[in-house]
Amino acid sequence: MRFSTLINITKEDILEALQDVKDPEIPTISVVDLGIITGVDVNEDNFVKVTMTPTFSGCPALKIMENMVKERIELLNPAGVEVTTNFDTPWSTNMISPKGIEGLKKHGLAPPEKHNGLVQIEILEKVKCPHCGSRNTTLKTPFGPTLCRSMHYCNECLNAFEQFKPVD
Amino acid sequence: MNYNETQLIAIKDFLYKIADDQLIIGHRNSEWTGLGPLVEEDIAFSSIAQDKIGQAQHIYEILHSLGEADADTIAFTRSAADFKSCHLVEYPIGEYDFSLMRNFLFNHAEKIRFEMLADTSLEQLGKLARKYRGEIKYHTMHADTWVKQLGRANEESHARMQTALNETFNLALGIFEESEYAGELKKMGIFEGEVILQQKWIEAITPILEAATLVIPDKNTWQPVYGGRKGYHTEYLEPMLVEMGEVFRLDPKAEW
Repeated sequence: MRFSTLINITKEDILEALQDVKDPEIPTISVVDLGIITGVDVNEDNFVKVTMTPTFSGCPALKIMENMVKERIELLNPAGVEVTTNFDTPWSTNMISPKGIEGLKKHGLAPPEKHNGLVQIEILEKVKCPHCGSRNTTLKTPFGPTLCRSMHYCNECLNAFEQFKPVD
Repeated sequence: MNYNETQLIAIKDFLYKIADDQLIIGHRNSEWTGLGPLVEEDIAFSSIAQDKIGQAQHIYEILHSLGEADADTIAFTRSAADFKSCHLVEYPIGEYDFSLMRNFLFNHAEKIRFEMLADTSLEQLGKLARKYRGEIKYHTMHADTWVKQLGRANEESHARMQTALNETFNLALGIFEESEYAGELKKMGIFEGEVILQQKWIEAITPILEAATLVIPDKNTWQPVYGGRKGYHTEYLEPMLVEMGEVFRLDPKAEW
Protein backbone atom coordinates (compact mmCIF):
# COMPACT_ATOMS: atom_id res chain seq x y z
CA MET A 1 0.00 0.00 0.00
CA ARG A 2 1.23 3.48 -0.66
CA PHE A 3 0.10 6.91 0.41
CA SER A 4 2.85 9.00 -1.04
CA THR A 5 1.28 10.26 -4.22
CA LEU A 6 -2.06 11.46 -5.42
CA ILE A 7 -0.89 12.89 -8.69
CA ASN A 8 1.11 10.94 -11.20
CA ILE A 9 4.60 12.24 -11.84
CA THR A 10 5.49 12.70 -15.49
CA LYS A 11 8.78 12.40 -17.26
CA GLU A 12 8.64 16.15 -17.89
CA ASP A 13 8.27 16.83 -14.15
CA ILE A 14 11.42 14.87 -13.52
CA LEU A 15 13.47 16.52 -16.24
CA GLU A 16 12.33 19.90 -14.95
CA ALA A 17 13.28 19.01 -11.38
CA LEU A 18 16.67 17.76 -12.53
CA GLN A 19 17.39 21.23 -13.91
CA ASP A 20 18.18 21.99 -10.26
CA VAL A 21 20.93 19.36 -10.13
CA LYS A 22 24.12 20.95 -11.35
CA ASP A 23 27.47 19.47 -12.25
CA PRO A 24 29.29 19.73 -8.90
CA GLU A 25 32.34 21.12 -10.67
CA ILE A 26 30.55 23.42 -13.13
CA PRO A 27 27.58 24.91 -11.26
CA THR A 28 26.25 26.69 -14.35
CA ILE A 29 25.16 23.50 -16.14
CA SER A 30 22.52 20.98 -15.07
CA VAL A 31 22.92 17.24 -15.43
CA VAL A 32 20.11 17.32 -18.01
CA ASP A 33 21.80 19.95 -20.18
CA LEU A 34 25.12 18.17 -19.80
CA GLY A 35 23.44 15.22 -21.52
CA ILE A 36 24.22 12.56 -18.95
CA ILE A 37 20.60 11.68 -18.14
CA THR A 38 20.00 9.00 -20.75
CA GLY A 39 16.73 7.52 -19.56
CA VAL A 40 13.73 8.50 -17.43
CA ASP A 41 10.89 6.12 -16.80
CA VAL A 42 7.90 6.40 -14.48
CA ASN A 43 5.67 3.35 -14.11
CA GLU A 44 1.99 3.34 -13.23
CA ASP A 45 2.81 3.02 -9.53
CA ASN A 46 4.82 6.25 -9.66
CA PHE A 47 8.12 4.40 -9.31
CA VAL A 48 10.88 6.37 -11.04
CA LYS A 49 13.85 4.88 -12.82
CA VAL A 50 16.61 7.14 -14.06
CA THR A 51 19.58 6.07 -16.13
CA MET A 52 22.76 8.10 -16.25
CA THR A 53 26.00 7.73 -18.15
CA PRO A 54 29.38 9.17 -17.14
CA THR A 55 31.13 11.87 -19.13
CA PHE A 56 34.46 10.15 -18.54
CA SER A 57 34.74 6.56 -17.27
CA GLY A 58 36.95 7.71 -14.42
CA CYS A 59 34.76 10.65 -13.41
CA PRO A 60 34.92 10.89 -9.61
CA ALA A 61 31.77 13.04 -9.42
CA LEU A 62 29.51 10.31 -10.73
CA LYS A 63 28.45 8.77 -7.41
CA ILE A 64 27.80 12.23 -5.99
CA MET A 65 25.65 13.13 -8.98
CA GLU A 66 23.69 9.87 -8.72
CA ASN A 67 22.85 10.74 -5.11
CA MET A 68 21.96 14.33 -5.99
CA VAL A 69 19.60 13.10 -8.71
CA LYS A 70 17.98 10.62 -6.35
CA GLU A 71 17.50 13.19 -3.60
CA ARG A 72 16.00 15.75 -5.95
CA ILE A 73 13.48 13.28 -7.37
CA GLU A 74 12.49 12.15 -3.88
CA LEU A 75 11.20 15.69 -3.30
CA LEU A 76 8.52 14.94 -5.94
CA ASN A 77 7.15 12.23 -3.64
CA PRO A 78 7.44 9.22 -5.91
CA ALA A 79 6.78 5.68 -4.68
CA GLY A 80 10.48 5.05 -5.07
CA VAL A 81 13.54 6.09 -7.08
CA GLU A 82 16.22 4.00 -8.66
CA VAL A 83 19.21 5.64 -10.30
CA THR A 84 21.59 3.47 -12.30
CA THR A 85 24.60 4.20 -14.43
CA ASN A 86 25.44 2.36 -17.61
CA PHE A 87 27.10 2.80 -20.98
CA ASP A 88 24.13 1.84 -23.18
CA THR A 89 23.99 5.37 -24.54
CA PRO A 90 27.59 6.53 -24.36
CA TRP A 91 28.03 10.20 -23.65
CA SER A 92 29.60 12.50 -26.19
CA THR A 93 29.97 16.26 -26.10
CA ASN A 94 27.40 16.47 -28.91
CA MET A 95 24.82 15.58 -26.23
CA ILE A 96 25.28 18.90 -24.42
CA SER A 97 22.17 21.02 -25.04
CA PRO A 98 22.31 24.60 -26.42
CA LYS A 99 21.41 25.82 -22.95
CA GLY A 100 24.25 23.69 -21.59
CA ILE A 101 26.68 25.30 -24.03
CA GLU A 102 25.59 28.71 -22.68
CA GLY A 103 26.16 27.42 -19.15
CA LEU A 104 29.71 26.38 -19.98
CA LYS A 105 30.42 29.81 -21.46
CA LYS A 106 29.00 31.48 -18.38
CA HIS A 107 31.54 29.54 -16.33
CA GLY A 108 34.31 30.94 -18.54
CA LEU A 109 34.91 27.69 -20.42
CA ALA A 110 35.26 27.41 -24.17
CA PRO A 111 32.53 24.96 -25.23
CA PRO A 112 33.42 21.83 -27.21
CA GLU A 113 32.83 22.09 -30.93
CA LYS A 114 30.27 19.81 -32.54
CA HIS A 115 31.82 16.82 -34.22
CA ASN A 116 30.52 14.27 -36.69
CA GLY A 117 30.93 11.31 -34.37
CA LEU A 118 34.70 11.18 -34.54
CA VAL A 119 36.82 13.81 -32.84
CA GLN A 120 39.86 14.83 -34.83
CA ILE A 121 42.34 15.66 -32.16
CA GLU A 122 43.65 18.57 -34.27
CA ILE A 123 40.55 20.61 -33.44
CA LEU A 124 42.09 21.18 -30.04
CA GLU A 125 44.87 23.20 -31.58
CA LYS A 126 42.89 26.30 -32.58
CA VAL A 127 40.12 26.56 -30.03
CA LYS A 128 38.12 29.79 -30.02
CA CYS A 129 39.08 31.98 -27.05
CA PRO A 130 36.06 32.48 -24.75
CA HIS A 131 37.32 35.95 -23.80
CA CYS A 132 37.98 37.64 -27.16
CA GLY A 133 36.76 35.12 -29.75
CA SER A 134 40.13 34.76 -31.50
CA ARG A 135 41.25 31.41 -32.90
CA ASN A 136 44.88 32.43 -32.63
CA THR A 137 45.30 30.18 -29.60
CA THR A 138 47.69 27.47 -28.45
CA LEU A 139 46.90 24.20 -26.71
CA LYS A 140 49.02 24.07 -23.55
CA THR A 141 47.93 20.63 -22.37
CA PRO A 142 45.02 18.28 -23.11
CA PHE A 143 44.56 17.73 -19.37
CA GLY A 144 43.12 20.30 -16.99
CA PRO A 145 41.74 20.67 -13.48
CA THR A 146 39.11 18.02 -14.22
CA LEU A 147 39.12 15.13 -16.70
CA CYS A 148 36.78 16.94 -19.05
CA ARG A 149 38.88 20.09 -19.56
CA SER A 150 41.97 21.05 -21.54
CA MET A 151 44.11 24.18 -21.07
CA HIS A 152 44.85 26.79 -23.73
CA TYR A 153 46.44 30.19 -24.19
CA CYS A 154 45.14 33.03 -26.35
CA ASN A 155 47.86 34.74 -28.37
CA GLU A 156 45.57 37.74 -29.06
CA CYS A 157 44.27 38.76 -25.65
CA LEU A 158 47.05 36.96 -23.76
CA ASN A 159 44.71 35.11 -21.43
CA ALA A 160 44.88 31.51 -20.36
CA PHE A 161 41.58 29.66 -20.67
CA GLU A 162 40.08 26.20 -20.36
CA GLN A 163 38.00 24.26 -22.82
CA PHE A 164 35.39 21.60 -22.12
CA LYS A 165 37.10 19.17 -24.43
CA PRO A 166 35.33 17.36 -27.26
CA VAL A 167 34.74 13.63 -26.77
CA ASP A 168 33.26 11.17 -29.23
CA MET B 1 24.50 -14.99 -24.28
CA ASN B 2 25.16 -18.26 -22.53
CA TYR B 3 28.72 -19.49 -22.46
CA ASN B 4 29.98 -22.93 -21.62
CA GLU B 5 32.59 -23.43 -18.93
CA THR B 6 35.63 -23.26 -21.20
CA GLN B 7 34.31 -20.16 -22.92
CA LEU B 8 33.67 -18.49 -19.60
CA ILE B 9 37.22 -19.21 -18.43
CA ALA B 10 38.58 -17.75 -21.68
CA ILE B 11 36.48 -14.61 -21.34
CA LYS B 12 37.40 -13.99 -17.72
CA ASP B 13 41.09 -14.52 -18.43
CA PHE B 14 40.85 -12.02 -21.28
CA LEU B 15 39.05 -9.40 -19.19
CA TYR B 16 41.51 -9.75 -16.32
CA LYS B 17 44.44 -9.10 -18.66
CA ILE B 18 42.94 -5.91 -20.03
CA ALA B 19 41.78 -4.50 -16.71
CA ASP B 20 44.88 -5.51 -14.73
CA ASP B 21 47.11 -3.73 -17.25
CA GLN B 22 45.01 -0.60 -16.82
CA LEU B 23 44.86 -0.72 -13.04
CA ILE B 24 48.59 -1.26 -12.60
CA ILE B 25 49.75 1.34 -15.12
CA GLY B 26 47.08 3.64 -13.72
CA HIS B 27 48.53 3.29 -10.24
CA ARG B 28 52.07 3.81 -11.53
CA ASN B 29 50.94 6.96 -13.35
CA SER B 30 49.36 8.21 -10.13
CA GLU B 31 52.78 7.99 -8.47
CA TRP B 32 53.73 11.04 -10.55
CA THR B 33 51.18 13.15 -8.71
CA GLY B 34 53.22 15.87 -7.06
CA LEU B 35 56.44 14.83 -8.80
CA GLY B 36 55.91 15.82 -12.43
CA PRO B 37 58.73 17.79 -14.04
CA LEU B 38 56.19 20.50 -14.99
CA VAL B 39 52.87 21.18 -13.34
CA GLU B 40 51.14 20.33 -16.63
CA GLU B 41 52.82 16.92 -16.64
CA ASP B 42 51.87 16.36 -13.05
CA ILE B 43 48.24 16.96 -14.04
CA ALA B 44 48.52 14.92 -17.23
CA PHE B 45 49.89 11.81 -15.52
CA SER B 46 47.36 12.16 -12.71
CA SER B 47 44.46 12.57 -15.17
CA ILE B 48 45.59 9.62 -17.26
CA ALA B 49 45.83 7.59 -14.06
CA GLN B 50 42.27 8.53 -13.15
CA ASP B 51 41.00 7.54 -16.60
CA LYS B 52 42.75 4.18 -16.61
CA ILE B 53 41.71 3.20 -13.10
CA GLY B 54 38.11 4.19 -13.90
CA GLN B 55 38.26 2.14 -17.09
CA ALA B 56 39.64 -0.87 -15.22
CA GLN B 57 36.86 -0.57 -12.67
CA HIS B 58 34.11 -0.92 -15.28
CA ILE B 59 35.79 -4.01 -16.73
CA TYR B 60 36.02 -5.52 -13.23
CA GLU B 61 32.29 -4.84 -12.99
CA ILE B 62 31.74 -7.02 -16.06
CA LEU B 63 33.77 -9.72 -14.32
CA HIS B 64 31.57 -9.30 -11.27
CA SER B 65 28.49 -9.84 -13.44
CA LEU B 66 30.12 -13.07 -14.62
CA GLY B 67 30.43 -14.37 -11.07
CA GLU B 68 33.74 -12.89 -9.86
CA ALA B 69 34.10 -10.78 -6.71
CA ASP B 70 33.17 -7.08 -6.74
CA ALA B 71 35.50 -4.53 -8.30
CA ASP B 72 37.15 -3.32 -5.09
CA THR B 73 37.81 -6.83 -3.86
CA ILE B 74 39.27 -7.79 -7.22
CA ALA B 75 41.47 -4.71 -7.31
CA PHE B 76 42.69 -4.60 -3.74
CA THR B 77 42.82 -8.08 -2.28
CA ARG B 78 44.46 -10.34 -4.84
CA SER B 79 48.10 -11.31 -4.59
CA ALA B 80 50.60 -10.79 -7.41
CA ALA B 81 50.23 -14.32 -8.79
CA ASP B 82 46.54 -13.64 -9.47
CA PHE B 83 47.30 -10.61 -11.64
CA LYS B 84 47.41 -11.09 -15.42
CA SER B 85 49.12 -7.80 -16.24
CA CYS B 86 52.24 -7.63 -18.40
CA HIS B 87 55.62 -6.73 -16.88
CA LEU B 88 55.81 -3.39 -18.68
CA VAL B 89 53.14 -1.84 -16.46
CA GLU B 90 54.52 -3.01 -13.12
CA TYR B 91 58.01 -1.50 -13.26
CA PRO B 92 58.61 1.44 -10.92
CA ILE B 93 58.18 4.86 -12.49
CA GLY B 94 61.93 5.45 -12.83
CA GLU B 95 62.87 8.70 -14.53
CA TYR B 96 60.35 10.76 -16.48
CA ASP B 97 61.71 9.50 -19.83
CA PHE B 98 61.05 5.89 -18.80
CA SER B 99 57.50 6.58 -17.66
CA LEU B 100 56.74 8.66 -20.75
CA MET B 101 58.05 6.02 -23.15
CA ARG B 102 56.18 3.30 -21.28
CA ASN B 103 52.97 5.30 -21.63
CA PHE B 104 53.63 5.91 -25.31
CA LEU B 105 54.09 2.21 -26.08
CA PHE B 106 51.28 1.06 -23.81
CA ASN B 107 48.71 3.69 -24.81
CA HIS B 108 49.01 2.87 -28.49
CA ALA B 109 48.54 -0.85 -27.84
CA GLU B 110 45.60 -0.11 -25.60
CA LYS B 111 43.98 2.24 -28.11
CA ILE B 112 44.22 -0.36 -30.86
CA ARG B 113 42.98 -3.10 -28.56
CA PHE B 114 39.81 -1.12 -27.82
CA GLU B 115 39.38 -0.21 -31.49
CA MET B 116 39.48 -3.93 -32.28
CA LEU B 117 36.98 -4.57 -29.47
CA ALA B 118 34.48 -1.95 -30.61
CA ASP B 119 32.48 -4.62 -32.45
CA THR B 120 33.26 -7.60 -30.22
CA SER B 121 30.50 -10.12 -29.67
CA LEU B 122 30.84 -9.54 -25.92
CA GLU B 123 28.42 -6.65 -25.92
CA GLN B 124 29.17 -5.38 -22.38
CA LEU B 125 32.80 -5.00 -23.36
CA GLY B 126 31.96 -3.50 -26.75
CA LYS B 127 30.08 -0.66 -25.08
CA LEU B 128 33.08 0.15 -22.92
CA ALA B 129 35.53 -0.18 -25.80
CA ARG B 130 33.61 2.36 -27.85
CA LYS B 131 33.61 4.71 -24.88
CA TYR B 132 37.29 4.24 -24.01
CA ARG B 133 38.58 4.89 -27.53
CA GLY B 134 37.67 8.56 -27.27
CA GLU B 135 39.31 8.90 -23.86
CA ILE B 136 42.52 7.11 -24.80
CA LYS B 137 42.88 9.36 -27.82
CA TYR B 138 43.96 12.04 -25.36
CA HIS B 139 46.47 9.69 -23.76
CA THR B 140 48.17 8.88 -27.06
CA MET B 141 48.05 12.53 -28.06
CA HIS B 142 49.87 13.45 -24.86
CA ALA B 143 52.55 10.80 -25.28
CA ASP B 144 53.02 11.45 -29.02
CA THR B 145 53.54 15.16 -28.45
CA TRP B 146 56.26 14.70 -25.85
CA VAL B 147 58.00 11.78 -27.55
CA LYS B 148 58.32 13.84 -30.74
CA GLN B 149 59.41 16.95 -28.89
CA LEU B 150 61.99 15.29 -26.67
CA GLY B 151 63.25 12.99 -29.39
CA ARG B 152 64.31 16.03 -31.41
CA ALA B 153 65.00 18.66 -28.74
CA ASN B 154 68.71 18.25 -28.02
CA GLU B 155 71.40 15.64 -27.72
CA GLU B 156 70.67 14.78 -24.11
CA SER B 157 66.91 14.49 -24.50
CA HIS B 158 67.35 12.42 -27.66
CA ALA B 159 69.78 10.06 -25.94
CA ARG B 160 67.50 9.68 -22.95
CA MET B 161 64.46 8.92 -25.09
CA GLN B 162 66.39 6.41 -27.20
CA THR B 163 67.65 4.71 -24.03
CA ALA B 164 64.12 4.64 -22.65
CA LEU B 165 62.87 3.07 -25.87
CA ASN B 166 65.59 0.43 -25.74
CA GLU B 167 64.73 -0.34 -22.11
CA THR B 168 60.97 -0.56 -22.57
CA PHE B 169 60.65 -2.17 -25.98
CA ASN B 170 61.02 -5.85 -25.04
CA LEU B 171 58.80 -5.25 -22.06
CA ALA B 172 56.20 -3.72 -24.36
CA LEU B 173 56.33 -6.78 -26.60
CA GLY B 174 55.15 -8.67 -23.51
CA ILE B 175 51.77 -6.95 -23.91
CA PHE B 176 51.22 -9.28 -26.86
CA GLU B 177 51.98 -12.57 -25.12
CA GLU B 178 49.51 -14.81 -26.87
CA SER B 179 46.62 -16.13 -24.83
CA GLU B 180 46.21 -19.88 -24.55
CA TYR B 181 42.56 -19.12 -25.28
CA ALA B 182 43.27 -17.04 -28.39
CA GLY B 183 41.57 -19.57 -30.67
CA GLU B 184 38.53 -19.81 -28.45
CA LEU B 185 38.17 -16.02 -28.22
CA LYS B 186 38.46 -15.64 -31.96
CA LYS B 187 35.92 -18.36 -32.60
CA MET B 188 33.44 -16.61 -30.33
CA GLY B 189 33.97 -13.34 -32.20
CA ILE B 190 35.35 -11.68 -29.10
CA PHE B 191 38.91 -10.78 -30.06
CA GLU B 192 41.02 -11.24 -33.16
CA GLY B 193 44.12 -11.97 -31.16
CA GLU B 194 47.44 -10.59 -29.96
CA VAL B 195 49.33 -11.31 -33.18
CA ILE B 196 47.18 -8.90 -35.17
CA LEU B 197 47.24 -6.42 -32.32
CA GLN B 198 51.03 -6.41 -32.34
CA GLN B 199 51.19 -5.89 -36.12
CA LYS B 200 48.84 -2.93 -35.91
CA TRP B 201 50.79 -1.53 -32.98
CA ILE B 202 54.08 -1.59 -34.87
CA GLU B 203 52.37 0.20 -37.76
CA ALA B 204 51.03 2.84 -35.39
CA ILE B 205 54.20 3.62 -33.44
CA THR B 206 56.71 3.47 -36.31
CA PRO B 207 55.89 6.82 -38.01
CA ILE B 208 55.80 8.65 -34.67
CA LEU B 209 59.14 7.25 -33.57
CA GLU B 210 60.57 8.13 -36.98
CA ALA B 211 59.31 11.69 -36.59
CA ALA B 212 61.03 11.71 -33.21
CA THR B 213 64.26 10.42 -34.86
CA LEU B 214 64.15 7.40 -32.55
CA VAL B 215 65.01 3.90 -33.74
CA ILE B 216 63.05 0.75 -32.90
CA PRO B 217 65.51 -2.00 -31.87
CA ASP B 218 66.42 -4.37 -34.68
CA LYS B 219 63.86 -7.14 -35.07
CA ASN B 220 66.54 -9.84 -34.77
CA THR B 221 67.28 -8.66 -31.25
CA TRP B 222 63.69 -8.65 -30.00
CA GLN B 223 63.22 -10.67 -26.83
CA PRO B 224 59.64 -10.27 -25.66
CA VAL B 225 59.29 -10.38 -21.90
CA TYR B 226 56.51 -12.88 -21.29
CA GLY B 227 55.08 -14.41 -18.12
CA GLY B 228 52.87 -11.67 -16.75
CA ARG B 229 49.77 -13.03 -18.49
CA LYS B 230 50.25 -16.30 -16.62
CA GLY B 231 50.80 -14.72 -13.23
CA TYR B 232 54.63 -14.68 -13.16
CA HIS B 233 55.73 -11.20 -12.17
CA THR B 234 58.78 -9.12 -11.31
CA GLU B 235 59.73 -8.34 -7.75
CA TYR B 236 58.12 -4.90 -8.20
CA LEU B 237 54.48 -5.92 -8.33
CA GLU B 238 53.86 -7.33 -4.87
CA PRO B 239 55.11 -4.26 -2.91
CA MET B 240 53.06 -2.04 -5.19
CA LEU B 241 49.93 -4.10 -4.51
CA VAL B 242 50.57 -3.96 -0.78
CA GLU B 243 50.73 -0.19 -0.93
CA MET B 244 47.78 0.15 -3.32
CA GLY B 245 45.43 -1.91 -1.13
CA GLU B 246 46.63 -0.56 2.20
CA VAL B 247 43.70 1.75 2.88
CA PHE B 248 41.08 -0.65 1.55
CA ARG B 249 42.31 -3.46 3.79
CA LEU B 250 42.10 -1.28 6.91
CA ASP B 251 38.34 -1.77 6.72
CA PRO B 252 37.11 -3.71 3.69
CA LYS B 253 33.49 -3.18 4.69
CA ALA B 254 33.71 0.62 4.98
CA GLU B 255 31.19 2.64 2.99
CA TRP B 256 32.88 5.20 0.72
